[in-house]
Amino acid sequence: MSDTTAPKAIEGSLGFIDERLGSTSFLKRNVKKVFPDHWSFMLGEIALYSFIILLLTGTFLTLWFKPSMIEVVYDGSYDQLKGVKMSEAYASTLHISFDVRGGLLMRQIHHWAAILFMASILAHMLRVFFTGAYRKPRELNWLIGITMFILGMLEGLFGYSLPDDLLSGTGLRITQGVLEAIPVVGTYGYMFLFGGEFPGTDIVPRMYMLHILLIPGIILALVTAHMMIMWHQKHTAMPVKNQTEKQVYGYPFYPVFMAKTGAYFLFTFGVLALMGAFFQINPIWLFGPYDPGAISAGSQPDWYMGVLEGSLRLMPGWETNLWGHTISWNVLIPAAIPLGIIFGGAMAWPFLEQWVTGDRRQHHVNDRPRNAPVRTGIGMAAVTFYGLMWLAGANDVIAEKFHVSLFATTWFFRVTIFVGPVIAYIVTKRICLGLQRKDADTLGHGVESGIITMSPDGKFAERHEPAKEEERAKLLAKENARPAAPAKDAQGIPAPSSKGPMGHLRARLNRAWNIDDIPVEEHGHDNGHGEHAEVEEGTESKESKELRS
Amino acid sequence: MSDDNKETAGSQGPRGEGEPRERVIGTPSPARDKALLAEDDISAPAGSGEQLDEQSARRAERTVALLFLLAFAASVAFIAYYIGWSGRNGGMHGILRAQESNFWLGGTMAAAFLLLAAGVTIWVRRLMTSKPITQERHELTTDAETRAAFTQDFLEGAADSGLTKRPLLRRTLLLAAAPLGLAPLVLLRDLGPLPEKRLRHTHWGEAVEKAKAEGKKGVRLVVDGTHKPLRVSDFATPGSMITVLPEGMEEDVPEHDVLTETAKAVTILINVPESQFKPAEGRENWHVNGIVAYSKVCTHVGCPAALYEQTTHHILCPCHQSTFDATDAAKVIFGPAARPLPQLPLSVEDGYLVATSDFPEPIGPSFWERG
Repeated sequence: MSDTTAPKAIEGSLGFIDERLGSTSFLKRNVKKVFPDHWSFMLGEIALYSFIILLLTGTFLTLWFKPSMIEVVYDGSYDQLKGVKMSEAYASTLHISFDVRGGLLMRQIHHWAAILFMASILAHMLRVFFTGAYRKPRELNWLIGITMFILGMLEGLFGYSLPDDLLSGTGLRITQGVLEAIPVVGTYGYMFLFGGEFPGTDIVPRMYMLHILLIPGIILALVTAHMMIMWHQKHTAMPVKNQTEKQVYGYPFYPVFMAKTGAYFLFTFGVLALMGAFFQINPIWLFGPYDPGAISAGSQPDWYMGVLEGSLRLMPGWETNLWGHTISWNVLIPAAIPLGIIFGGAMAWPFLEQWVTGDRRQHHVNDRPRNAPVRTGIGMAAVTFYGLMWLAGANDVIAEKFHVSLFATTWFFRVTIFVGPVIAYIVTKRICLGLQRKDADTLGHGVESGIITMSPDGKFAERHEPAKEEERAKLLAKENARPAAPAKDAQGIPAPSSKGPMGHLRARLNRAWNIDDIPVEEHGHDNGHGEHAEVEEGTESKESKELRS
Repeated sequence: MSDDNKETAGSQGPRGEGEPRERVIGTPSPARDKALLAEDDISAPAGSGEQLDEQSARRAERTVALLFLLAFAASVAFIAYYIGWSGRNGGMHGILRAQESNFWLGGTMAAAFLLLAAGVTIWVRRLMTSKPITQERHELTTDAETRAAFTQDFLEGAADSGLTKRPLLRRTLLLAAAPLGLAPLVLLRDLGPLPEKRLRHTHWGEAVEKAKAEGKKGVRLVVDGTHKPLRVSDFATPGSMITVLPEGMEEDVPEHDVLTETAKAVTILINVPESQFKPAEGRENWHVNGIVAYSKVCTHVGCPAALYEQTTHHILCPCHQSTFDATDAAKVIFGPAARPLPQLPLSVEDGYLVATSDFPEPIGPSFWERG
């Protein structure tokens, strides 16, 4: 090893650092770290890079933005609002947009990056969920990821509320109304957040501090933890040849992955710059300054808040008044329950699954979604639930564009948020099982070759060829359902885990998890069976080539 | 296996050397191009391998270099535009210049990033000669021996510190820590005032009181924006809606509170045809010939209920579509709101519309203490 020497400059600086930190052993271990390849592994990277872009563009914006509710008379270069009274926050946002070179670009990139950040986290989470990449030992990173998504929602809400334009003020008003509805402490929370009654003069500087310091600081810390854990545990891999629980197969970090991921950062920044340049977003100058008496129709929040907006719209007007106290179910339920189910469910899921399946092993090779039909089905049910609620957040736009009654859209969503997930679960599970059957068939019978042969007694049959080795490796990666441990041992004594109502529940869920499983098994290459057996018998690959014409 | 798949055999017998290949007649096997016969399991870098074809490598190198050069040009264009054009005639001004500047700065910036990214991608895929490699996944769990050793160290440390042996020490330490954790929370008390009765009244109350002290019947309604007092005759067309505030609010309220007071006092005035108007019980004289005033703040989560449908007399909140019936004490007829919009008692004085008292109940969204 010592016979290779790097150029002097590199050797020198490496030596400098190594003599002080002993870093070379770390570098040696990691320079060729293997990264398995799959397109879906890039989704999390988009989120990471969007976050970096958010930090960069956000810092630029802070240089001019004034988080102040002091009333000023606008005297900038946007003629339509000249002489209008507005808050300094809104005026400085106009200033950034129209009087700072590149300011509008940075604002638009910042906003687009926020939207992309949240969208790519969601896509990344779905990838992780559907492939089972959250399984032991990666539950902690799953929890960190969900926490970051929730923080991202809050961060986004505070961010788009800062300019104090008409739309953002309306969003704040809704936030205040929801806060006020919390039992017992609601009005206190409201007064403390706003420093008095809505809107007051404190809210913008307070949100500004949370938006540029506290929340991004926490997200940054979590991103770091997320990356370090991922690095330490090594990335999961899709089930392909050479990927096993014991080894990881792919290209080395340096130079391939480093260059690829660098290019990916540039692509992300490039596309966001393109969007910032050519696609208008949040044109606050068209909305005007916030006025508590005014509103525009079609007021929609950024997409990631849409699900809350939708659930608020769907809820019937329930309220109870008991012993002089009011509980607004019409606000509390939609604000807490749907996202509570989705995030709470997602956080509990890895542990729930472990409990049901009894699988406490470490997993590094991902599941193909079809091979875990119950998980995939429940995932799709959640996607449907979330998606419908999200769409309901734009029910006025839907009603307008498709010329249907507004009340009809509301009723449609009120029904489908309950029915939709059930249908999605059943359909998804059936599709998964169908795909499993197909896989079992491919392994057992081979791949349709498109060659029809006629046997001597006049029977037609299609020739099947064994699947390629890589394909077989992928299909055989499926783990067949393991029989549940017997509830009672030979002496008839029930196992501790199957006792009591929880034990029964667990046994039932375990059965539901495994019941439909279609096992795959290794078949020899040459001894097929079934309808094509007679064709293959005695035929060798050379002959089969000749038969084809 | 895949090699002989590519062959296009045309005749039954083995082909002679040099014989021209015949075209396949019939459907080619789907197995050839279907993903079912898996492609190479790992996709990139595609062009590279252990051995590069030097000629195509040189071509790729030239392409990459060209992309890098173009990226360089785009960055230079970005800087040149910023210095040379964006700031001409004393900086950027107005919407047209902002738009132009946005297109050029964003366009050149995007071009620089994308060209660079494309260049690196081609470099990875066509020029890098790294081979896929395999590495072991190490067991994450620490072996039992180390764990046991750590446990021992831990217990030893706890024993050495005396924490386990001396309960008085332990308990007083915990006692000392508890209020220390709470202290920062106490510091947040001054974030805002306590709610008290703040949410129970609006500026209408003060304004009416002031007017009554001057011997008047109530406070005049002024139009939001123009501050013009409203005569009954000004508002004679049935079917219209207008937003009003109490007269004199701008002068009576400290400047930094105007927005906050407006957010509570903002009221809609609707002229419902008198024949269709059904006054609520006990509120028979709160309207003036069908002119009726409701709080504009939606009782759901507080958006302005700003849409009025003339033919059906429905008031609609555009945020979450709570719908109120203007003819029937603003009762909820659809949507998530639970309570009607509070009504403001109206009267006439010298031909002007006046409010004779505050809203009889708290306006806006429900809250715990509302009752």
